[in-house]
Amino acid sequence: MAVIPTNAPARDVVDYLREQENKSLLRFLTCGSVDDGKSTLIGRLLYDTKLIFEDQLAALERDSRKHGTTGDDIDFALLVDGLEAEREQGITIDVAYRFFATDRRKFIVADTPGHEEYTRNMATGASTADLAVVLVDARQGILRQTRRHSYIASLLGIRHIVLAVNKIDLVGYDRAVFDTIVADFRAFAGDLGFATIQPIPLSARHGDNVTRRSENTPWYNGPHLLEHLETVPVEQAYREKPFRFPVQYVSRPDLDFRGFAGQVASGSVAVGDMVTVAKSGQSTRIKEIVTQDGALDRAVEGQAVTLVLEDQLEVSRGNMLVAPDDRPNVADQFQAHVIWFDANPMIPGRNYILRTETDSVETTVTALKYEVDVNTFAHLAAKALHMNGVGVCNFATRAPLAFDSYAANRITGNFVLIDRMTNRTVGAGMIDFALRRAENVHWQAMEVDRKARAALKHQQAAVVWFTGLSGSGKSTVANRLEKLLHSKGRHTYMLDGDNVRHGLNKDLGFTDEDRVENIRRVAEVARLMADAGLIVLVSFISPFRSERQLARDLMVDGEFIEVFVDTPIEECARRDPKGLYKKAMRGELANFTGISSPYEAPENPELHLETVGTDPDELAIRIDTLLESRMGS
Amino acid sequence: MTSLTHLQRLEAEAIHIFREVAATFSRPVMLYSVGKDSSVMLHLAMKAFYPAKPPFPFLHVDTTWKFRDMIAFRDRMAAERGFDLLVHVNPEGIEQAISPFVHGSSVHTHVMKTVALRQALDKYGFDAAFGGARRDEEKSRAKERIFSFRNAAHAWDPKNQRPEMWKTYNTRVAPGESIRVFPLSNWTELDIWQYILKENIPIVPLYFAAPRPVVERDGMLVMVDDDRMPIGKDDRVEERMVRFRTLGCYPLTGAIESDAATLEDIVREMLTARTSERQGRMIDKDEAGSMEKKKREGYF
Repeated sequence: MAVIPTNAPARDVVDYLREQENKSLLRFLTCGSVDDGKSTLIGRLLYDTKLIFEDQLAALERDSRKHGTTGDDIDFALLVDGLEAEREQGITIDVAYRFFATDRRKFIVADTPGHEEYTRNMATGASTADLAVVLVDARQGILRQTRRHSYIASLLGIRHIVLAVNKIDLVGYDRAVFDTIVADFRAFAGDLGFATIQPIPLSARHGDNVTRRSENTPWYNGPHLLEHLETVPVEQAYREKPFRFPVQYVSRPDLDFRGFAGQVASGSVAVGDMVTVAKSGQSTRIKEIVTQDGALDRAVEGQAVTLVLEDQLEVSRGNMLVAPDDRPNVADQFQAHVIWFDANPMIPGRNYILRTETDSVETTVTALKYEVDVNTFAHLAAKALHMNGVGVCNFATRAPLAFDSYAANRITGNFVLIDRMTNRTVGAGMIDFALRRAENVHWQAMEVDRKARAALKHQQAAVVWFTGLSGSGKSTVANRLEKLLHSKGRHTYMLDGDNVRHGLNKDLGFTDEDRVENIRRVAEVARLMADAGLIVLVSFISPFRSERQLARDLMVDGEFIEVFVDTPIEECARRDPKGLYKKAMRGELANFTGISSPYEAPENPELHLETVGTDPDELAIRIDTLLESRMGS
Repeated sequence: MTSLTHLQRLEAEAIHIFREVAATFSRPVMLYSVGKDSSVMLHLAMKAFYPAKPPFPFLHVDTTWKFRDMIAFRDRMAAERGFDLLVHVNPEGIEQAISPFVHGSSVHTHVMKTVALRQALDKYGFDAAFGGARRDEEKSRAKERIFSFRNAAHAWDPKNQRPEMWKTYNTRVAPGESIRVFPLSNWTELDIWQYILKENIPIVPLYFAAPRPVVERDGMLVMVDDDRMPIGKDDRVEERMVRFRTLGCYPLTGAIESDAATLEDIVREMLTARTSERQGRMIDKDEAGSMEKKKREGYF
């Protein structure tokens, strides 16, 4: 396994490189519980394949004395734990990528953290891997994290597992221990759909069965780790799948050229082939496959090319060119498995940005069907999905997406969820299937439409949404406004937070989940009323930006008027019309906005009213003025 | 047709990344450092947008202490490939006459590279910047995402990186925030040389061995590139057959003795090397976490 041909004469270098070039690539990850020796194993692989340079070795010896956990021996884990916090705490926080090669293969290894709180980083490593090395400490056996990581590996579509029973030296190379762990693993991994499971007894620290067979385990006849990694079949299946070409970028350098740039996700396409635009269903032929290295006759899975079509069809980023006889789903509702990454839980009804490889669309989680207990794989009822949780959800998107199921295609079946306020990546999803009703249920287009209804009332429909702290004066201003509008012959309706809670929403409490549902229902009612042509006045504390955004998104553009009733909390507490602040400050009211629960002030409200020192009628007139100016437009 | 080779996959991955940035950011820039990795990046950027030109400018943060050959090569490439070249030098550094010989490597690097880069990014309001960093270079790089988020102060928070799933990148940033993008993340040094050889990519001649005037200092061979180099009475300027494995500011970049005058020679030398590539760079040596620290401050 000479990786580095010392003394190779110059003329051989070109031959050597040619051999290198024809090697296949295996991407794998190491996972398992804390202290099972993941980083040590990778350090050992790099060391034994001679990929550690002298200066790195000198630094390693220095660091081993400073931070090492292995006495006088070199601590291989320090080779890969690259962040200062990691070296100090002796743990792995984030996924690290390492590269090595043998005569047969090139490898990209993702070394992933064992702590449960860093599950998102493990998932990051797993999303691009073909194989997972699951480490188990021979003294500990199968742990919670072993099961968790095996489940996530399976969820992310990894088909090959190496069960590395590490620290076998510490149990006296005992075959019975090994056999028990293997049996335990197979018992729970049976349902996870792995194509191969290869158990190997090894010692990362001493090198047993890592890159050579160990004499200490004469009872083990299987391959050593490296041997297995070099020979496990890398799947070529994506070449055989139907053609998928997510359009990344439309290239228009001049009026004569219009090309669609992207990377072939699966299958292949040749000049002259028919292709279909996924979202519109229109078909045409491939006229040219452009690269800087010359035009190609055929583009295959993995290649980044620019396609020119025979006909000028409407295709933009986020659409897909596909095989006409085997098309992806195009739908705006689907079911997916979700891994949640963020400290703020996923709550049904909230809005997120859904990003596929090239498409981006607003989405709502319409239902959390169940959460998966990653230890027992049982399905649990849940109202929210918390950090590191896995659940099955229904999604509705604002516009149709083109996708395959993740099981059929890892590239066209995946998505991430992004928080629209913070832009954080809060979750990742694997699509299961399109929901049929998305295809069959269409909105009834009625001839008497919203415009007609509003016109009959000589007004323009609107939803005036008052937000602000309890006691800020929302209801007072809304009442004055309604009187004013009524006197002018306008048709209005007032939805008040407290009143709605006595009827429509009386089943809801004050948890985060219930607040979201509360807002959603009120917003839906307001939307129907606006559709009927009314001017709806909604007076709701509605403390969270994302929920107000949810309401805004339901309305027709321009119909939602957010009015921020801005009164300092000291003043609200002084007014305290319902005695709530006194109760909250005594700790008798949980989740009270401003005291024990946050209020997120609007960033760009249509109107910002500071109430202190201004007469409520004057504030109502200001809103009316804004409404009048809209009617004129 | 057989499966794509390792190198073809790396090339396609990089092209995909270039296009992703062009499609989703309003003001991207490529940081062009003139070294071999930058040469590969330039080559890939040309491929990614062919037949169009790359739809972003190339920024060189000049410290005024780069090898003269690098500047000549930079200007030649800009003219030949027709890309839009921006050069930024920290004006405060010029005013204070910052010199690695006088102020030391860490002050020089901070003022002329880290601060200068932040200045340039702010000046033009770039929201995405391509860099040529590779994960095999250094331990903290191995942990970095391909799309690496920076806050409005250009700082990297290594403990709170966005999860990066598949190649479905989160390209959203708020005003003032930005993303550093590393299309060569998964390339090794060998991959780079192999690709340069296969694609016949032009690189700065300093990578090839030639007789050059050098002075030995603290075990490092420093090339006398211009007359700003102070020559003490104990210094001996010698003509030696040397070349460079990495390129940066000439006072801070050690030469190695070598006869490797062709690409094939270089690759062979690399395959038998016993020291890593960054060994010739003074800025990494201080302590194990030094690169991570610089990156948190906004260094590439």
